[in-house]
This record gives sequence, structure tokens and C-alpha cells, in this order.
Amino acid sequence: MIKLVALIPLFPLIGFIINGFFGKKISKGLSGSIASLSIFASFVVSVLVFMELQASSQKENVVSVFSWINSDTLKIPFEFLVDPLSTVFLLIITGIGFLIHVYSVGYMHDDEGFARFFTYLNLFVFFMLLLVLGNNYLITFVGWEGVGLCSYLLIGFWFKNTAYNNAAKKAFIMNRIGDLGFLLGIILIFVTYGSISYSEVFNNASLASPSTVTAIALLLFIGAIGKSAQLPLYTWLPDAMAGPTPVSALIHAATMVTAGIFMVVRSNVFYSMSAVASETVAVVGVVTALFAATIGVFQTDIKKILAYSTVSQLGLMFLALGVGAYSSAVFHVTTHAFFKALLFLGAGSVIHAMGGEQDIRKMGGLKGKIKITFGTMLIGTIAISGIFPFSGFFSKDEILAHTYEHSPILWLLGTFASMLTAFYMFRLLFLTFFGKFRGTHDQEHHLHESPSSMTIPLIILAALSILGGLLGLPEFWHLPNWMHHNLEPIIKRPAYSTMSHETEWTLMILAVSAALAVIYFTYLMFMKYKVKPADKEEQLRPWQRVIYNKYYVDELYDAVIRRPLDGLSKLFYKFFDTELIDGIVNGVGSTVKVIGSSVRYLQNGNIGFYLMSMVLGVVFIVLLTFLIK
Amino acid sequence: MYLLLSTVIFIIGAIGVMARRNTIILFMCIELMLNAVNLLLVAFSVLHKDPNGQVFVFFIMAVAAAEVAVGLAILTMIYRNIKSIDTDLLGNLKN
Repeated sequence: MIKLVALIPLFPLIGFIINGFFGKKISKGLSGSIASLSIFASFVVSVLVFMELQASSQKENVVSVFSWINSDTLKIPFEFLVDPLSTVFLLIITGIGFLIHVYSVGYMHDDEGFARFFTYLNLFVFFMLLLVLGNNYLITFVGWEGVGLCSYLLIGFWFKNTAYNNAAKKAFIMNRIGDLGFLLGIILIFVTYGSISYSEVFNNASLASPSTVTAIALLLFIGAIGKSAQLPLYTWLPDAMAGPTPVSALIHAATMVTAGIFMVVRSNVFYSMSAVASETVAVVGVVTALFAATIGVFQTDIKKILAYSTVSQLGLMFLALGVGAYSSAVFHVTTHAFFKALLFLGAGSVIHAMGGEQDIRKMGGLKGKIKITFGTMLIGTIAISGIFPFSGFFSKDEILAHTYEHSPILWLLGTFASMLTAFYMFRLLFLTFFGKFRGTHDQEHHLHESPSSMTIPLIILAALSILGGLLGLPEFWHLPNWMHHNLEPIIKRPAYSTMSHETEWTLMILAVSAALAVIYFTYLMFMKYKVKPADKEEQLRPWQRVIYNKYYVDELYDAVIRRPLDGLSKLFYKFFDTELIDGIVNGVGSTVKVIGSSVRYLQNGNIGFYLMSMVLGVVFIVLLTFLIK
Repeated sequence: MYLLLSTVIFIIGAIGVMARRNTIILFMCIELMLNAVNLLLVAFSVLHKDPNGQVFVFFIMAVAAAEVAVGLAILTMIYRNIKSIDTDLLGNLKN
């Protein structure tokens, strides 16, 4: 079955083609079924491939699909790499992708762009699968760009709204800035090692000088900054909430934004070799985590809170990568995919129930009305806050433990970010589901639980959020950490933990107690003392206003980057385009006119004149012949 | 000596073509030029003892005959249209 791994991206591609060409002509049910079934088929094949890999002792399997670039100096075959890392991601992408497809059938039911939505979703899954399956940096880059494109298409799905289009453009352009770094990194790899295939590059990694390796690692990380929304290229992700909620769940929680993590884990040999690059990754990660968490505290749109939460959690994953805990990062990717997709889909269910309202200030008391949504979101919130025994606890604890080993300061910052996470997530929960309903009368009548196509994926994801911790049980409890063992073959320079059991226990208990304390504090704040988020910005204190306005980062980018560029382009338009080039083109035209009007007199209809000119012409040519001699 | 004669005849023909208005005289001047060239060719052929020149003269004469036939046909058509053979009156394409 490993040989048939090419089927996995093929099914979504077929779904894309069918829905793309015939989507409008077939019924919505058929369109949704084709799209969902193609992902399900991919999921089944992924499971079979995964199981075969687990049973086999050969952990690195290269499957050639076709000969792609084949010239004398440059040979890049189109190969897939089936190994522990790619199979884990395959399962996440196809599994959660399938659940989200099913959910979308319910969520997008009334939308007239139904078939178009599933076309884009399938295309997205196709590119994401290419990204994780490729055996060289170029295929990964193709997938990288492709998911960026699909992100643009899906964010701007309701294209009649200009603000959504702008958000889509912002996402794509910011991604491209990161991609420049990524591309430079790939080029540097090629120049240094003569190849961009993973096996060839990683086996010869130590042949390059340390500064080259650092440069490669940093350039690749710039790509990850753009794709995974880290500082300073993160502002696109909150704006990307303009897209339909399933899009936010799939692309901006579970899969696309994890591409950066995937790429760093795949290239872990470079980061292990370069302390500078690893430190950079860790610092950027933890600063982003903290920064985004503070912004999330003051947001009032349910999806924006989750968006900033995603940025923050991704920061934690990069922190893990930076301290060398690669399998912990992948573990957190997995658990985060479970509970973040759950939270986003749940938010979609809430928005659906509220008839399109996304402001949590207008919600409240929903737990009695939409019970399944409430139950699953409660589970998701507990998981993300890192409470034992839910999945988030295990993955986050692993990250923080490894971080403490590396640097207590980073650990402190990471722990603080986690505490803020617990705070704003429970704030969201309390304000949305508890208390009295604060919306309009019509909204109250409209409240209803979502159809089963939406609630069943929620339930499945909730179960995964609870049980996901089993994938990586802590070793100092003398329990098997499957994720760590699974990924061992791809970590090229493993580092072993030297912490004592006492330290690990202390850290774990500290983390859980801190989270519980924060949750109690949040409960007091929002339930007992019934604090409400301010309705108008003027009611906030100055420091709160700064954070509420996201530290004015968007405005900063606007002033420093966009306006000069605008001015430059106006200059180019006014001077170069209008005056210079138009002048040249118009000048050619008028020259032709002038010449024409003077040469016109040769054609006067006088035969005698014609004959004379013929004779003169012959004389002239003869003279020339003599002169040329 | 034939060289000089031939050149003079050619120049007379050329000036005639440029300066005359009567179409028939125009044709005669064209013939003059052709014959001047014939004379020149024959003279050189004798000088270099190369028969190619005289063969070429035959060609020219044949072509000249054909050309005169066509030219006179055109002249006839023009006469039928404007009842005159003055080339100055053929300026309908002007401007």
C-alpha cells in the first residue's frame, strides 16, 4: 500500500476536477458527497499506509511518481517520502479534513457557491498532501504555494464583500513575503549541497560550514514565519476570519498554518546544528505566543479570539522546535488540530444558531439552548487550557518541560502565555454560554441546535480532544510515549532529557495549578462578579485600549510599508508611465505622421515625374555601385 | 568608339523618356535605350570574343518586342478613355 501512496493526493484532485467542472450542474448533496468521499478515501489509504509503515522496519520509503525535472545539471524527480512524520500529518490532514467536509455540508447548506466551496476545499487538501508527502523541497514548496492560493480563494469566498477580498489579499501577500525567505533558503540549500532531495541533503548536512547552515535554517524559518503567522507576519490570520468558519477550522487551525512546523521538523538537522537559528525560533515563538495571548484577552469577536489563540499556540509549537523538542511540537500540532478544529467548528455552530452574530457581547446563556455545541466546546476549552487528563495537558506539559530544561526564562514566558490562554478561553466560554442572553429578541427565537452533519464532527473531535493525550504519555510516569518513539527515526541529532523526576513532577503540578487558579479567577470575574466586556471603546482604560486595538500593529505596517509603497507606485505612474513611456509611444506616432505628410508629395500622379524618378533612381544605384568599390 | 556611341544613344533615350509627353514618342525612346544597350553588348562580345553577349541581345530583342505589344495595347486603351495620348492628362490618381 505504501507504493500506492500517490492515491492519497489523487482522490482530492479528482474531487476538485469533478466539482470544478460539473459542480453547478449536479445537486448540492451529490457535490458535497463527492468532495467528502474523496477525502474519506484518502483517509482510508492514509490509515493503511500508516499501519504498513508501523509494521515495517524500513522507516524511510521513497515512492517515485514520475520523472519531473530531468536535465543535465538539474535532476528533480517527483517523489513522495513515506516516513513517520509524513504519515502522522497525512492522518491529521485527511482525518480532520474529512470531518470538516462533513460539517461544511451542513454549514454551507444555504450558500449558492456550495460547489465552488468544495472545489476549493478539495484543491486545498490536495496541495497540503503534496506539501507533506514530497521528498524534496521543491514539491513541498509547490504544496506551500498551493495552500496559500487556496487560502486566498477561501478567505475571499464571499467575494462580493470588499473587506473580505482585502483580507484574502493580505493573507496571500504576507505569505509571499515569507515565501521569499523560504525560496532563498531552498536556493542556498541547492547551491551548498547540489540537491534538494531530503535524503541527500540531510545525510550530507554536516558538510557545509556552520554559518551556511545557520543561514539556511533562518531563511527557511522566515518562510515558516509567514505561513504559520508568527511575529511579525501574523496580522493576516485574524483578518482571515472573514472566510467561512469551516475554512478557519481547516486552514487556519489544523492544517495550513502547521505547514511551517512541519517544514522545520522535516529540516530538523539544520536547526540541531545551529544554536543561533534554534534560539531565534524559540524566542520568536514564545514572544508571539505571549503577544497574541494578550491581544486575545480583549477581543470580542468569537472567531478573532480563536484566531489569536491559534497564533499563540503556534508560538508555543515554535518554542518547542527552538528548544529541540521536535516530537513534542508534532504532538502539540496533533492535539491542537483536534481541539482547535473543535473550537472553530463549535464557534461556527454558535454563529449558526445566532443567525450570523459573532460578537460575544451579544451572546450569553446559550448552554441550555445548544447543548451539544456547549458540551463539545466545554471539552475543547478544557483541553486547550491544559487540564489533566485532556489531550492539551500532555502536549503542552511536554513542551514546557523541555523548555525549562533549556531556559527557565523561556519557560516562565511560556507558562504565562498558557495561563493567559486559559483565561481568555474560559472568558469566551462563560460569556457565550453562561449568564443571561444579551442579544436581540429575534436572535433569541432563532436559537436552535445545529443539524447532525455539524454536531457529529463536533462530537468526534471532542472525543479525540479527550483521548488524544494517549498518543504521548509522559515517560517519567513509566508510560509509553508513542509520538516520541514514532518520530525517532527522523530526528537526526536527538537530545536526551536530563531532568530529574522531581523537577518534572514539580513543573507539571505547577502548570496544572496555575491553569486551575486562572480558571477560578476567570469564573469569579465573569460569573460571580458578572464583569462584561466594554460595549464601546471609550469605556476602556488607555492600556486596555492599546491592546484592544491589537497594539496598532496593522496601523504601523500601514504607515511604514504600505504608504511609502503607494507613494512610490504613484511616482512611477505619474512620471515614468504617463510622461516617459506614453511620451515615447505618442512620439513615434507623431513622427510617422510628419514623415508621411512630407513623403506624400512623391505620389502626384504625374507620369513624367514617375519616369524621371525611375531614371534618376537607376543612375543613383549605378553611381553607388561605383562608389562602394 | 562604339562605347561612346552607345552611351550617347542611351542618354538621348533617357532624356527623351523624361521630357516627352507624347506616349508614342515615349515608347520610341524606351526602344532607343534598349537598342543602345544591344549595341553595347555586341561591341563587348566582339571585343572579348565571347558569344554570350550576342545571345543575350537576341533575348533582349524578343523581350522588347513583347513589351511593345503590351505597351501599345495599353496605349490603345488609354486613347479610348481620354481621346488623347498626352501623358500629362493621366493624373487621376493625384492626391
